[in-house]
Amino acid sequence: MLNIIVGSLSVGVTPSNSSYESIATVTVGSGGSSTITFSSIPSTYTHLQIRGIARTATNVSLGLRFNSDTASNYSRHYLNGNGTSAGAGGGANSTSAYAGTTATATSAFGANVIDVLDYKDTNKYKTIRALSGGDNNGSGFVQFMSGSWRNTNAVSSIDIFQVDGDTITQYSSFALYGIKGV
Amino acid sequence: MAAGSTYTPIATSTLGSAQATVTFTSISQSYTDLVLMCAGQNATGDGQQGNLTFNGDTGTNYSLTQVSGSPPYTYSARTTNGNALYLGYNQAWSTVANSPGIYYVNIMNYSNTTTYKTVLERAGYASGTYAGTEAIVGLWRNTNAITSISIVVNASGTFAAGSTFTLYGIAAA
Repeated sequence: MLNIIVGSLSVGVTPSNSSYESIATVTVGSGGSSTITFSSIPSTYTHLQIRGIARTATNVSLGLRFNSDTASNYSRHYLNGNGTSAGAGGGANSTSAYAGTTATATSAFGANVIDVLDYKDTNKYKTIRALSGGDNNGSGFVQFMSGSWRNTNAVSSIDIFQVDGDTITQYSSFALYGIKGV
Repeated sequence: MAAGSTYTPIATSTLGSAQATVTFTSISQSYTDLVLMCAGQNATGDGQQGNLTFNGDTGTNYSLTQVSGSPPYTYSARTTNGNALYLGYNQAWSTVANSPGIYYVNIMNYSNTTTYKTVLERAGYASGTYAGTEAIVGLWRNTNAITSISIVVNASGTFAAGSTFTLYGIAAA
């Protein structure tokens, strides 16, 4: 049990491979996409993890919404480094949680590992956290992010998008994994 | 939606004696991401960086951005056109007995041949001159699939006996 929980938090102990399962992958095709969507998420796991790479043209922050809720039911925070200084920020009553970072240089993609704990628990709001970053050989960010969705519903769908409206470019790819409990 | 078990151990190296280089070769291309977990110490001098290279490339094709906290300081730094990624940016590999630094490295979409390769790392080291915690995003400007990974200690150092290096594969549906 300890291995499963700690492994899901990405701090150095892997879950046994029978508890970590691939659910679905979305890869962006030519022309790009405004949103990456995972829908009909099965309720057979305890936690979810999303791993992915993403590129955009200009703006780099990725947002996340659950169950298509676009109301101001999210709070979000970040701690980051831009290569020169460390910074932190966030906001309450937002319309999405922060969930990742893109890269903008040609052929460079940001990397993102997002954890959604207790996603089907109907007794608590949902909390996410992410480790993400994009490096462009001279610019970029590495970021810790967290967010809360003030809703007790089980998570059945997830949307990921660039918060300023940039298109997520071709070859960006996100994979959804489920982590079982006992 | 397809489902299948994954997060599979590929290889482990536990050093029986001090060693300058750890290399994983002939890496299977069956996965989407790799995760490299290291817990180790430096045998030859406190406060050295670990260097990470792919496919034997020691050209100036690497860059990174990092953020770290080493009480009471927080800071961020960048390397451009470097000849390696860092496994622990902040002189992380210490010689303090029984106090390994740990390094958790996500190597994303390593087997595709379309994109440059991005690495996302978390490290923590509670002992030594620069004890602290940090995160790094690194870029290898090469679209080749990653088939080998080499890890060395900077400044001709050596990894101490007992240091462990484990590689996992994660396959997406």
